[in-house]
Amino acid sequence: MTVVDTSIADQPRYDCRDAYVETLAELAHEDHRIVGVVNDSVGSSKLNSFRKAFPDRLINVGIAEQDMVGVASGLANGGRIPFVSAASCFLTARALEQIKADVAYSNTNVKLCGMSPGVAYGELGPTHHSIEDIAWLRAISGMTIIVPADPVETAAALRWAAAVDGPVFIRVSRMSVPQVYPDSYTFEPGKAITMRAGNDVTLISNGTVLWRAMVAAEQLAAEGISARVLSMPSVKPLDVEAVVAAAEQTAGIVTAEESTIAGGLGGAVAETVVQHHPARVSILGIPEFAPTGSAGYLLDRYGLSPEGIADTARRLVS
Amino acid sequence: MSKAALSVEHTTMPLLGRLPAHSSRAEQVAHIAEAARQIRIQDLKLVYHAGAGHIGGDFSAIDILATLYGAVLEIGPETVADPERDRFILSKGHVAGALYTTLAAFGFLPITELATFLKPLSALNGHPNRTKVAGVEANTGPLGHGLPIAVGHALSAKLDVSLRRTYVLVGDGELQEGSNWEAMMAASQYQLDRLTVIVDRNRLQQGATTKETNDLDPLPEKAAAFGFAVVEVNGHDHGELLDVLSAVPFRPGKPTFVIAHTHKGHPVSFMSNNVAWHHKVPNPAEYQQAMTELETVGQPRLAVSPRLDKELR
Ligand SMILES: Cc1ncc(C[n+]2csc(CCOP(=O)(O)OP(=O)(O)O)c2C)c(N)n1
Repeated sequence: MTVVDTSIADQPRYDCRDAYVETLAELAHEDHRIVGVVNDSVGSSKLNSFRKAFPDRLINVGIAEQDMVGVASGLANGGRIPFVSAASCFLTARALEQIKADVAYSNTNVKLCGMSPGVAYGELGPTHHSIEDIAWLRAISGMTIIVPADPVETAAALRWAAAVDGPVFIRVSRMSVPQVYPDSYTFEPGKAITMRAGNDVTLISNGTVLWRAMVAAEQLAAEGISARVLSMPSVKPLDVEAVVAAAEQTAGIVTAEESTIAGGLGGAVAETVVQHHPARVSILGIPEFAPTGSAGYLLDRYGLSPEGIADTARRLVS
Repeated sequence: MSKAALSVEHTTMPLLGRLPAHSSRAEQVAHIAEAARQIRIQDLKLVYHAGAGHIGGDFSAIDILATLYGAVLEIGPETVADPERDRFILSKGHVAGALYTTLAAFGFLPITELATFLKPLSALNGHPNRTKVAGVEANTGPLGHGLPIAVGHALSAKLDVSLRRTYVLVGDGELQEGSNWEAMMAASQYQLDRLTVIVDRNRLQQGATTKETNDLDPLPEKAAAFGFAVVEVNGHDHGELLDVLSAVPFRPGKPTFVIAHTHKGHPVSFMSNNVAWHHKVPNPAEYQQAMTELETVGQPRLAVSPRLDKELR
């Protein structure tokens, strides 16, 4: 896979869960301490092949998320490196206190992998959407929060997480995305990646929305608006320097993400901007319990399409 | 053969409604059986044409739903907002399609509205929403929520000194969630004998059997130890379901735990007891075969041998 020089919108698309299972299997081969922990989510996490390769190292606690995260904390205490793999909605909502007390406060070496986050579950509705996960976990001290944008970044983030000691939350997208990074990409926490230089306006995004922001920048460029695109996979810690530079150097910032507008990436950027260099910020995300609709329909509805992001940027610079 | 998108053309189920209260048991049972058959046919159309849904769990639960709404619950379209209505809470919310179809069969929503299932802005979401659909009591979907809500409603009825009843349907895989057992302790502590928990005991969950995942057995003994009067029924036998679900409470002062032995995907031959059909959508050939079976199969058969607790009957 290499990124060629045509619009990112025309590139082939990938389900990041495939990169997830591939990388997890590689890591498990390299390090015997790595185990998977699931809640009847072997299929939805695409872990069937992992179970076949490591039957003893995939622990299925059943439909019991609080138990799942508590068990992971105990596994870490015993020297294992558990990768908890469950639908992000149930992992973060149901086991929030375990994440806070048993993982973050206890500083255990647990990797929380939130599968199919955001509105990936579309028509299954707000109970299954995981738009609050970023906001909830951001509020917890000691959590690293990573929202990869493509399969390369998903794999790189997993490799980084396996190598560091401590709690990490990684979103693993189900909604297919094009490859936006070169194969050589390595993940660095707290670092924004400049996907496109520009000085009129800044678009900050991550996850499944990043490529849409990149297409928005292409559309804006055609009208003579030069948009900087910052990829912000590391929501916590945030790249404060890059955000402040964007606030100083461009007319304003548009954040675009597949999560709630309260307390997510947009919230993190806004908190930074008001404290360091007040500037105009528009936050795009999911503002409510979404109505029935497919994931694509919902992203369009809330202005998270390339056109929607470009519109918001135009309003900001005009 | 290409598949048409779900439309009103596919909402062919007749309005079934309820029989007069003085009808004989045999008439009631025949009526429930026909309702269940019609609901399955309609639900198959929804899942097939919408291209999504949880048909295995739907078909597992439809006989229970048809019995409750067809003859047991004191609730109808006119009394859907009556504070004294019986409450039914669908805790395994992923079978929303079965619930909507059942509600439509008994007049709670227009049958043609089923054509909006899963469409943009539809009230008929993949999981039920009480603020959008009359007859839905709780916004379930995350497993392990319905039983605590049912306990709360039963407590509320008790505080009102009301005889209204509370029924909650849970999946057996769902019982792996600890919240259920917390709620069961509260139910027996408060002696909620007008609360009935029905377990859809199909022995399958999303990815495997319950036994392979997190075995629940001995389930009757566990529920009894948590202070419940336990009854086991054939969850596809409308007569047994009718007798048991209308007879609660079995023991004064004790909530009731009905273990309904079922098969996921019942009675479609290739779906029945097959975990692959948790949320699979039939292809055109499978659809045709399933439809033929539903239209021609008379009284469904079940391979498990149910046992009714002798002491209780
Ligand atoms: C808290 C929570 N965890 C996981 C899921 C995902 N999920 C949906 S249905 C299901 C299996 C449910 O099994 P069971 O309760 O036995 O229902 P049935 O097999 O009758 O459909 C799972 C794991 C969920 N909906 N909620």
